[in-house]
Amino acid sequence: MSDRSLSDTELLAARLVPLRRPGQWVSAAVVVVLLAMVAHTLFTNPRFQWPVVWSYFTTGPVLRGLVLTLWLTAAVMICGYLLGVVLAVMRLSRNPVLRSVSFGYVWLVRSVPPLVQLLFWYELASLYPELSLGIPFGPAFITVKTAHLFTGLLAAFVGLTLDVAAFSSEIIRGGILSVEQGQVEAAQALGLGPWRIFRRIVLPQAMPAIVPASGNMLIGMLKATSIVSVIAVQDLLYSVQLIYNQNFLIIPLLLVATIWYILLTTVLSVGQYYVERHYARGSRRGDPRGLWTITRANIPLFRNLAGIS
Amino acid sequence: MTSLVRIRGLRKSFGSHVVLDGVDLDVREGEVAVLLGPSGAGKSTLLRCVNHLEKPDAGFVEVGGEVIGYRYARQRLHELRARAITQQRSRIGMVFQQFNLFPHLTVLENIVEGPVATGRLSKKDAAGRARELLERVGLGGREQAYPRQMSGGQQQRVAIARALAMRPRLMLFDEPTSALDPELVGEVLAVMKDLAASGMTMLVVTHEIGFASEVADTVVFLDGGRIVESGPPAEVLANPRHDRARAFLSAVL
Repeated sequence: MSDRSLSDTELLAARLVPLRRPGQWVSAAVVVVLLAMVAHTLFTNPRFQWPVVWSYFTTGPVLRGLVLTLWLTAAVMICGYLLGVVLAVMRLSRNPVLRSVSFGYVWLVRSVPPLVQLLFWYELASLYPELSLGIPFGPAFITVKTAHLFTGLLAAFVGLTLDVAAFSSEIIRGGILSVEQGQVEAAQALGLGPWRIFRRIVLPQAMPAIVPASGNMLIGMLKATSIVSVIAVQDLLYSVQLIYNQNFLIIPLLLVATIWYILLTTVLSVGQYYVERHYARGSRRGDPRGLWTITRANIPLFRNLAGIS
Repeated sequence: MTSLVRIRGLRKSFGSHVVLDGVDLDVREGEVAVLLGPSGAGKSTLLRCVNHLEKPDAGFVEVGGEVIGYRYARQRLHELRARAITQQRSRIGMVFQQFNLFPHLTVLENIVEGPVATGRLSKKDAAGRARELLERVGLGGREQAYPRQMSGGQQQRVAIARALAMRPRLMLFDEPTSALDPELVGEVLAVMKDLAASGMTMLVVTHEIGFASEVADTVVFLDGGRIVESGPPAEVLANPRHDRARAFLSAVL
């Protein structure tokens, strides 16, 4: 505080000095040192065996496992979400039977760990040796041996799909509930039918609430498919396990799987960003800037960090 | 003149709260009826019963000789399926207090949606008609805007155009200017006046007494779920006979 009052010219001529934030610089320095340590050990610890990692990175068995992981994830997510939409609509319907069935299903599936469900489907043959299609309590038209039908892969697909359906139905239900009732009334007043109202008015407006959680779930599922290795389905993880069981190069082969999972997750995260942007249309919250623009806007931040080290 | 809207013995409760307690009302073809009354009088509920957004507990609403939401057969009113109610609603336009435009669709898509979904017009014809209607409500050239990029008054005018795109024979207005800034009320009322002058049958819930006295053929005063007074605006507004109506009018005028 100065005693004399300052003139307008003095104040206007004065340069603005930003507040110093020493804490930010100290914490940045700590982070940079930690990152440097990690980088250093990654490159200098010979036991990572990077040459081995790269030599297995694109070999046939690994790629075949990768492809299986990818399409199992895709199939499980698509079928799971279709079922999830049905369950969510059932749960929100006026029909008390449908509502209870949906509630009961979600309760049951969410109560049992996915690994246990998977084992149940895999062992279904010991519970029901034969499956038939026919009239309930009456004659059967087709009968198949369960063990022939429920291979590890089908058990994995069914188990994971049912799991996704239960969780996605809750995500979708939350999204639908976030849409204002007035939107439905306006659509009804226009003479739109119930299905059209759901597909054209409610669902698109529910999407901004559904997409982030679903992106999370998709990425989660990509990695969760690795539990199928316990029932000998040759996904990415099981494929590398088969290799390291023979040559005992455990760490490098786990790194092969890890790097592939990281790459795929990165691609999905970028995809999620664009899907979110699409559904933000018409809303002020949507950021119209592209991914690159945002990255570029953050470059000065990295430059500052680099300046300290 | 025949009645386009015929309401008899309409009752509706939410839980133990009686909202409509036996309402009888007639609206002739081309008539503009304004519903006035304190909040909670049942004005909006009455309006919403007309296109079956609320299901009455007793009584009936008839529009153009058709009972809304029911089919009469052998001394019984059978509840209609959703599809049939959808069909009935498509000839009754409704404008909401909160506009309820679809925020994820452009102005043009909002207006085109109804006629296209009901299969009444091709996309091209519907778009042509939408442009005419936007011109009529003074918003020509704003086809590609999204609702949130417009002022409340503009959004409400789009909502009116959207309802008109269905070529309704009756228009319901549920407090169309109550959510607007005072300076934007005029532009919406102007569109409504224009519509009334064109011979549209209108049932309007509003607090705009000026609009009622200038445009309405009939003013209906509701209180406690009943119609306590109705007649030409010159009578009801200038000379209310009922105490409740007199108290309300002296408070709002």
